Amino acid sequence: MITSPGLNLEQYRQILPPDWPGGFWWHWLVFTIIIIVFVLLLVMGYIWLERRGMGRMQARLGPNRLGPFGLLQPVADAIKVLIKEDLVPTNADKIVHLLAPIVAFTPTLMIFAVVPFQNGALLADLNIGILYVVAISSVSTVGVFMAGWGSNNKYSLLGAMRNVAAVVSYEIPLVLSIIGVVLIAGSLSLNQIVLAQDIPFILLQPLGFLLFFIAGCAEINRSPFDLMEADSELVAGFHTEYSGMKFALFYLVEYAEALAIASIITTLFLGGWRGPLLPPWLWFVIKVIIVFFVMVWTRTTLPRVRIDQLMALAWKFLLPLALINLLITGIQVLAWPDALPWGVIFLNFAIAVVLVLLWSKLFKLGWGRVEV
Amino acid sequence: MKFERYGIGIAKGLTVTIRHMFRHPVTTQYPEQRLNISRRTRGNELVWDSNNCTGCATCAKTCPQGVIQVVTAARIDENKYEVEKFEVDTGYCISCGLCVEACPFDALFMGYAYERAKYRRSELVQTNEMLLPSEERRRSAYMHPELADGLPRQTLLLERNTEE
Repeated sequence: MITSPGLNLEQYRQILPPDWPGGFWWHWLVFTIIIIVFVLLLVMGYIWLERRGMGRMQARLGPNRLGPFGLLQPVADAIKVLIKEDLVPTNADKIVHLLAPIVAFTPTLMIFAVVPFQNGALLADLNIGILYVVAISSVSTVGVFMAGWGSNNKYSLLGAMRNVAAVVSYEIPLVLSIIGVVLIAGSLSLNQIVLAQDIPFILLQPLGFLLFFIAGCAEINRSPFDLMEADSELVAGFHTEYSGMKFALFYLVEYAEALAIASIITTLFLGGWRGPLLPPWLWFVIKVIIVFFVMVWTRTTLPRVRIDQLMALAWKFLLPLALINLLITGIQVLAWPDALPWGVIFLNFAIAVVLVLLWSKLFKLGWGRVEV
Repeated sequence: MKFERYGIGIAKGLTVTIRHMFRHPVTTQYPEQRLNISRRTRGNELVWDSNNCTGCATCAKTCPQGVIQVVTAARIDENKYEVEKFEVDTGYCISCGLCVEACPFDALFMGYAYERAKYRRSELVQTNEMLLPSEERRRSAYMHPELADGLPRQTLLLERNTEE
């Protein structure tokens, strides 16, 4: 049990929220199981949705042999990958190679500890919830880098380096666009942010949502920003040398990260579990699936970007817009805290359109050339 | 003012993909469905008409792969050669159709069957009866204009699938 030096067990019990049934450990057990089941089930749903949805968008059918509508295809994939031989390169750094998928997967699972499925239904209602998410989601990058380093393969290392560079760059607009939401909600706790959303924040923060969506997609290396593991061009980037269960873990990480970003977008911008008629947790799942569908949609539509375009988009487009968005949100929160919501919504949409048009005009690439 | 630079291009692309999602997929589910083959296809298998064949072995000489083997026996009483064996190793056949073009007696045709895969390599060597035309092995009109006149006028790409 976590105890700080000044507290004994009884005092610690008193600072726990009173509605926790049977104490901390029962709560911990129940929600850990819920989170793991939620992640694994939705990851399988995501894989199915992505393959079927992408197939239909490309005028194909997608997997349709196993089960109704091919619903059992992810299960078959999982079984296939589990019974594969687990190969480790001879000169690999064995311990790092073994630890990398675990280091990548654990933080992704830990993100869901602060995501509310209903009012108060979450593993830990941290008052610094979103800060915790930002901090812990960056740790899985270490796993990626360990995979690149431990494989003892220059292409794995290159892929991992590019991955780290992209993640570090996109972290900044990501966090800056979160701050806008935090300013309006007045709290870092995800549950409090959901409770503050009488109007979904996508309406109050359209630009912030756009920036967060783009930066989030780049952060988890989804297409069109997946140039470091481009599965149609390269082998796999940082997990080239992985096979069997370890590869399955990396595959799981990819989709679990997508699920995490979708959950956070849902919580921050789409009103989380709030919604009429249906039970709250169902609303949450529906919104998460819709966000992921938009990710699949953009993946099918947009071609892959180059590394210089990736970096230019982060530093020349997203970062200035995120700063301006933060400034405007700050002014609005300070100057008109009780303004008419519909007026602010209209104003913010106008500002978002004008800013995106203006910055598209200003946005120029170096065309990859350096004049010497 | 070109709007492609301002994110309109992305919006256009998104509408294209979402429209594709609601159209009919082009995939043909092979064992259950199969494509309608036009009667005017050239086809790429060999159909042999034993009635017209005189055993002259022009086809065997013209075959670039040398996979046609013709064995004949002289029939003195009828004053002609009889074809004892007409054998094609279709595993080596490149479907060039030179034998069909070369045949002076209209005894060779291209044919278009849908399923031509075999389970064993030895089954690829086809002899006499296996090469005769039948309901499954229909002759195409390649190099045979008299057959082409009797065919329906249709394009090569038929859009319909056939369900089994």
